[in-house]
Amino acid sequence: MTQMNMVKAINDALRVAMRQDSRVVVLGEDVGKVGGVFRVTEGLINEFGAERVFDTPLSEGGIIGTAVGMALYGLIPVPEIQFADFIFPAFDQIVSEVAKFRYRSGGEYTSKMVIRTPVGGGIRGGHYHSQSPEAYFIHTPGLKVVCPSNPYDAKGLLLASLRDPDPVLFFEPKRIYRAARADVPEGEDYTVPLSVAKVVRPGNQVTVIAWGAMLYEAIEASNKAAEAGIDCEVIDLRTIWPVDIDTIVNSVKKTGRVVVVHEAPKSCGFGAELVSLINEKAFDYLEAPPTRVTGWDTPFPYTLEMDYLPLAGRILPAIQSVAKY
Amino acid sequence: MSGPEFVLGDVVKVLEPDATVHPDNDPGLSPERCVALYEHMVMTRALDERLVTLQRQGRIGFHIGSMGEEATIIGTAAALDETDWLFPCYREFGALLLRGMPLQAYIDNMYGNANDPVKGRQMPDHYSGKPYRFGSVSSPIGTQITQAVGFAWAAKLRGEKLAAIVYFGEGATSSNEFHCGANFAGVYRTPTVLVCRNNGWAISVPAEKQSATDTFAQKAFAYGLHPIRVDGNDLLAVYKATREALALARAGTPVLLECLTYRLSGHSTSDDPTRYRGQDEMAAERLKDPLPRMRAFLEKKGLWSEAKQAALIAKVDADVKAAVEKAEHSAAPELDTMFDDVFAERPWHLREQYEESKRAPRAQGHGSH
Repeated sequence: MTQMNMVKAINDALRVAMRQDSRVVVLGEDVGKVGGVFRVTEGLINEFGAERVFDTPLSEGGIIGTAVGMALYGLIPVPEIQFADFIFPAFDQIVSEVAKFRYRSGGEYTSKMVIRTPVGGGIRGGHYHSQSPEAYFIHTPGLKVVCPSNPYDAKGLLLASLRDPDPVLFFEPKRIYRAARADVPEGEDYTVPLSVAKVVRPGNQVTVIAWGAMLYEAIEASNKAAEAGIDCEVIDLRTIWPVDIDTIVNSVKKTGRVVVVHEAPKSCGFGAELVSLINEKAFDYLEAPPTRVTGWDTPFPYTLEMDYLPLAGRILPAIQSVAKY
Repeated sequence: MSGPEFVLGDVVKVLEPDATVHPDNDPGLSPERCVALYEHMVMTRALDERLVTLQRQGRIGFHIGSMGEEATIIGTAAALDETDWLFPCYREFGALLLRGMPLQAYIDNMYGNANDPVKGRQMPDHYSGKPYRFGSVSSPIGTQITQAVGFAWAAKLRGEKLAAIVYFGEGATSSNEFHCGANFAGVYRTPTVLVCRNNGWAISVPAEKQSATDTFAQKAFAYGLHPIRVDGNDLLAVYKATREALALARAGTPVLLECLTYRLSGHSTSDDPTRYRGQDEMAAERLKDPLPRMRAFLEKKGLWSEAKQAALIAKVDADVKAAVEKAEHSAAPELDTMFDDVFAERPWHLREQYEESKRAPRAQGHGSH
């Protein structure tokens, strides 16, 4: 085992995949020589060459559109969108093409790719380096959406995403890219299965659901709640869509109380879907209205970003509120 | 910024409207090939006319055709090698049939029935033809351009000797995808031919309102592509220009091939072109119709006659009638196929929704024949 952060772990996953399968290619803005603005692809061009790692023109639509063509040919492209905030020039290709190719061609074609992109705030990035656009893509049938919370999962989920037959959006929480190191088997092949959530803190009284960087806020709030005698169960979704509904429902059946946490704005965020699913599948077990703690329905702010994010300080009162309802 | 490299060549022409041949440009197709390609153009036109009738009769929902553009579509497709790939816009059913899709499969697509290769999931004329090295149609404009470039790029990376041609109208040159695709093709020297079917109209917007440039081909200069303009109503010229374009593309110079043609029909069966263009324009353009021109050429060579024309039309009519008959008596796709192919396997939420759909009352109306 080697201690590494999430940046290194994702880099290691790409190396493992590219060594094993010559169909895997990496393309994007600055992913080659400089190794990506976050250095996630550092050194790949040295090991695999400019025939498999491409510094593309500055064009997200071109990156995803050509990646679709590569996928139709039979390669497994791993396009990087430098920040998720810049994914929208490629939105038509992702929504109209990547997501629909298998369906619309009656299964003749697939558009298998893993689109990697850093998401989330807390890094002084303002509107355009901080957003969490997962809901747009979950709302589009045909896409899978993954967001790891730690280096070990990041590597295993990325390898699983690459082997999955469907296109995957792989959202990397940039706030915790280098936050923590963990044991990751370097150069080794392993997967963390898609659509399997993880109970990271078992508990009996309140279910707290989170993913990515906000998982640590959920854990911190749950630890503080424990000091006040409230026993929380924290679930890390790991794959946002298709979500591991069984783990959620089993937990809510036990606790009867639930708090969903995400960075994206509240209205029509994925928390809304989770609350609906919980109402549909565990209504009889609920002891309190399911509650969301999310980013506000404003553009992502710069100076006040820590007041925008659903940090532990905002999660704790929500836990207390549902606990005493 | 003008140098010799920024000068457009002459429009490639072989056949004048009176079937006179420019000997310098004659691609030297055999008489049999000339006849076969003419027959395919006539078949495509006749099919177009029958499909419009079926739509007017309410028997199919929609058709988007290629009347007037047959020489452009069939001439380009005919020039490809077997190993080359085509990425369609949505008017290229003539190319798809030339590549080998059976007429029945195409007609089944028009009906969206259980035999439709795309399982009734898309509106008519949104076909897919992987067995024929032919892409998949989507309606958003230009998306296929970057895809064709990426496909050709991948083939080049894998050392496979093939070229990809991609079709789009002149309206699509305004799309971001045209810019992205042309740029990536230029940067990576992909073996791609970008075929701009300049048919004069993007629904109701004329070509001159689409761009301030004198030609669409000259946009190639901005991307490091090679421009070629060709009389798109001249089958032999289109064939000749496409062969030249493919040779350049395979050698590392992608090409923007502008085919000067004309959309003799409306945009689709949903369009009423009398609202935006006059009869004079239509009359002038009909004189340049690619079919009579090719026919005159064949007749001059003693390769065609009125009797052959009548026999061909009769055969096409019979073939279409039989295919339509079969398609109309084919069942609609089963309900559960709606939930297939969203993902490789149905996740829990689609399994649940399928079960829910089975309990719901079946809707009556289209699709329930």
